[in-house]
Amino acid sequence: MQRIRLRYTKRGRLRFTSHRDFQRAFERALRRSAVPMAYSAGFTPHPKVSYANAAPTGVASEAEYLEIGLAEFRDPEALRAQLDESMPIGLDITDAVEVRTPNFVERLEASEWQVRLDSVEPADAARAVAAFLAAEQVEVQRQTKNGLRVFDARGAVAALELLPSQVGDGNDTGTEGAADVRSGNPCAILRLVVRHVTPAVRPDDVLSGLRATADLAPPVPAEVTRLAQGPLDEESGTVTDPLALDRAAAPAGL
Amino acid sequence: MTVESVFPRLEALLPHVQKPIQYVGGELNSTVKDWDACDVRWALMYPDAYEVGLPNQGVMILYEVLNEREGVLAERTYSVWPDLEALMREHGVPQFTVDAHRPVKAFDVFGLSFSTELGYTNMLTALDLAGIPLESKDRTIDDPIVLAGGHAAFNPEPIADFIDCAVIGDGEQAVLDITEIIRAWKAEGRPGGRDEVLLRLAKTGGVYVPRFYDVEYLADGRIARVVPNAPGVPWRVSKHTVMDLDEWPYPKQPLVPLAETVHERMSVEIFRGCTRGCRFCQAGMITRPVRERSITGIGEMVERGLKATGFEEVGLLSLSSADHTEIGEIAKGLADRYTEDKIGLSLPSTRVDAFNIDLANELTRNGRRSGLTFAPEGGSERIRKVINKMVSEEDLIRTVAAAYGNGWRQVKLYFMVGLPTETDEDVLQIAEMAKNVIQKGREVTGQNDIRCTVSIGGFVPKPHTPFQWAPQLSAEATDARLGKLRDAIRQDRKYGKNIGFRYHDGKPGIVEGLLSRGDRRTGKIIRAAYEDGGRFDGWREHFSYDRWMSAAEKGLAGTGIDVEWYTTRERTYEEVLPWDHLDSGLDKDWLWEDWQDALEEVEVEDCRWTPCFDCGVCPQMQTEIQIGPTGVKLLPLTVVK
Repeated sequence: MQRIRLRYTKRGRLRFTSHRDFQRAFERALRRSAVPMAYSAGFTPHPKVSYANAAPTGVASEAEYLEIGLAEFRDPEALRAQLDESMPIGLDITDAVEVRTPNFVERLEASEWQVRLDSVEPADAARAVAAFLAAEQVEVQRQTKNGLRVFDARGAVAALELLPSQVGDGNDTGTEGAADVRSGNPCAILRLVVRHVTPAVRPDDVLSGLRATADLAPPVPAEVTRLAQGPLDEESGTVTDPLALDRAAAPAGL
Repeated sequence: MTVESVFPRLEALLPHVQKPIQYVGGELNSTVKDWDACDVRWALMYPDAYEVGLPNQGVMILYEVLNEREGVLAERTYSVWPDLEALMREHGVPQFTVDAHRPVKAFDVFGLSFSTELGYTNMLTALDLAGIPLESKDRTIDDPIVLAGGHAAFNPEPIADFIDCAVIGDGEQAVLDITEIIRAWKAEGRPGGRDEVLLRLAKTGGVYVPRFYDVEYLADGRIARVVPNAPGVPWRVSKHTVMDLDEWPYPKQPLVPLAETVHERMSVEIFRGCTRGCRFCQAGMITRPVRERSITGIGEMVERGLKATGFEEVGLLSLSSADHTEIGEIAKGLADRYTEDKIGLSLPSTRVDAFNIDLANELTRNGRRSGLTFAPEGGSERIRKVINKMVSEEDLIRTVAAAYGNGWRQVKLYFMVGLPTETDEDVLQIAEMAKNVIQKGREVTGQNDIRCTVSIGGFVPKPHTPFQWAPQLSAEATDARLGKLRDAIRQDRKYGKNIGFRYHDGKPGIVEGLLSRGDRRTGKIIRAAYEDGGRFDGWREHFSYDRWMSAAEKGLAGTGIDVEWYTTRERTYEEVLPWDHLDSGLDKDWLWEDWQDALEEVEVEDCRWTPCFDCGVCPQMQTEIQIGPTGVKLLPLTVVK
C-alpha cells in the first residue's frame, strides 16, 4: 500500500466548513476522481484516510494535513492536481508527498496563526500584546463538553506580535466573494505561534488572554487563519514544513 | 438595477450561529449566473431548514431546468434558524439566496415548494425577512411574484392571502411556460402592473391566482360558491402533468452540499404517480397516471449522477418503487454494475410481498442485513379494506418469514391510527400482528432475539382523496387509542419486550388537518400563529399546539366556526369544498363513490393491471399510463481507467 500525505486549505467562506463536513466532501471527491483507495477490512469497509489536528469551524487554514492509503501506486503531484480539481474552490489541495517517515502527528509541534482584528486600533493591540507577553501566566476559561475549564494561555505561546499596520487592505487569505465593507476602519493583525499542548490553547484562548490582561475587546469576531503547522524552531519562533522530512528521505522500497 | 451580495454583512454574523456552513452556498454542481445577462430570475425556496430542503428533488429539478435556459436564472433559499433570524433582524440583513447571496426581494419570482402544510409559517418568516409584504394585496410592482407549488398547493386556499399564485402538479414544463409569460410582460415594459401579469398567468388555466376568485359563504359557514371575478379567468385551474419522464432526466447534476443533510444519496425517480388506490394517500391520488422512466433512462441517470456527485448510495425513488415493471432487472443490473465500487442501493416505499425480499437481498449483496420496513398501514383486515391497502395478514407473515430466513434480523411495521370507521379493536390488532411477526421470526430462525418495531402515524384527511369528506379523529381520542395499544404491547409477557413502539401524540395532526382542509379563513390563523412566534412547525421542539389553538381562536373570531369544524366534522356530498376549483383530474363523483366503497369495505384494483375504473384523470388531463416492460437489460459498464 502506498501512502500519501496531503496538505489542504480552508479558505474564504469555506472556513465555515466543519471537520465532519470536510471529511464527507473529501471522501466524495475521492470517489468522483476515481482514486484507487485502499479500504479497511471488516463488515463496512472505509477508505483509508486519517486526518491530523483539524482547525476549528470558522477558522481559515492554509495548512491542514491528512494521509491516504492507495491500493495502486500514484504519482503524488498528479494525484494532488486531480483531487484539487475535484474539490470545491476554497478547499484546495496544495501539497502532496509520498509517506517515507513515521510519526507525522508528533511532528506537528506548533501552529502559526494570523489573527485579524477589525475595528481595533493597532496601538491598542500593541499595548495588549506587550501586557500579555510580560505576564508569566494568563488564566483564561473556556466552555468545553465537560464544563467550564480554567487554564493558562500564556505558556503555550511561542511568539506573538503585531504586524505592520495595513488599513483596509482587503483580504489576503483569498476570501472570495467578500468585498471588504470595513475598508477605512482601523484593523490590527497579529501573528501568533502556539505550541500544541494539552489542553489545547487556541487563538480564541489567546484573545481571551488579551482581554484578561489588557481589556482588549474587539467589537467584531476575529478572522483567524492558520498559516502553518509543523516542527517549531524555538530560537526563531517559526514553524517549519512538516512534509520536509518525507521529501528528503529516500523513496521507500526503491 | 445592480443587486449586491449580502454576503459581507452575513459573514460577520456567521461566527455566532449554529452550523454556519448551511448559509454559505458553494455546493458542488450549484450555479451562479450573471444577473444582468438574465431577464427572468427565480428564487426557489424549500421552506424548511437547509438540511431538509437541500436534498428536495422538486427544488433541485426546477433549479436545473431553469438554469439550463439562456436568459433565466434560479437561485435557492431556505429557512434560517431562529438564531440567525434574530441576528438578521438586528443587523438588517434580508432573506438571501445561498447561491449568490442576493436578496430574495430582487427576484422576479419567489417560488416556494410545499411538501407539507407545516411550512406555511416559515414562508411568512421568509417574506418578512425579505422585506416583501406578507399579503398579496399590499405588494407593489417591485415585489416578486410569490408562487406556491408542491403537494400542499393542491389546496392553496389557506395561504391565498399570502401567495400571488399557485401551480399544481409537475413543475418542469410549467416553470418554463410561466417564465415566457413574465419575460414577454417585462419586455413590453410591464404594462398594467402586477394585476396584468397575474391575469395573463391566470388565463392560461394552469396558474391559480386567488385574487381573481371570490369565495361566497353560506350562513352556516360552509362555502356557497367560488366565482371568477375577472374576464377570461377559468372556473377551474388544471394540474400539470409531464409525460415521458425519459425526456426529463433531472436532476442531471445533483447538488452535493458540504453541510450534512437528511438524505446523503443520489436519488433517481424511477416513476411518477401511483394507482394502487390507497384511499388515505394524497400523493397517490394527485400524481396520476403512472409514468415510468425506462430501465435504460434510469441506468444513464445513475451513472451520470454518481460521476457528478461521488455519493455512495443510490436511492430509487417513487411512491411504491417495487411496482416498476422492470424493478427486478433494474436492481440486478445496478447491483452488477456497482457492488464492486461499494455503492449502496436503496429502495424506499416497498410493498409487503415476498418478491420484495428477493429485491432487498439483491440490493444488499455484500452489505449488512439489518432492518426491513413494511407498511401494512392498518392493523385489522377490515380496516385495510376500508383504506384499500390490499395486504392480508397471511401475506405479511409469509413476507417476514422470507425476510428472517434470508438473514434479516429486524422488521419495522408502519401503521396509521385514526382511520375512518376505526375502532379500538382495529388498532389493538396491531399488537397481535407484531406478536405474530416475532413468533414467525423465532420459528424461522430458531432464535429468541427477534425484534419488531411498530411505528405509528396519525391519519390526517387530505384534499383530493376519497377521505376528503371524512371526520378526523380528535387528538384526545387518538391519544386514548394509542394508550390502549401501548398497554396491550407492554403487558404481553412473551413478546412485549421484543416489540418497539414509536408514535406521536395526536396534537400536531390536528393542526396539520386544520391547514390541509382549511379555506381562506384559515389564513388568519396562520398569520396569528406566525406573529405569535410560530416557526418550523414540522419540528417537535418548535411546534406549539397551544400557540395554534390560541391563533385559531383569534383568527376565527366572529366566523361562527372553529378548529373542530375544520377537522373532526364529516362533510356531505353537497358541500362545496375549498379546493373544488383546483382540478387534480380526479372526478369528484368517483372520489365520492370510492368514499362510499370505503365505508362498505369494498376494495378497488390497480388500473395498471385491470380495466380503467374511471377516476377521471386520463381523459380530463389527456394523459395515459406509461409503463413497461421494455425488455431491455442494463449491460455492464466498460471501465476506463
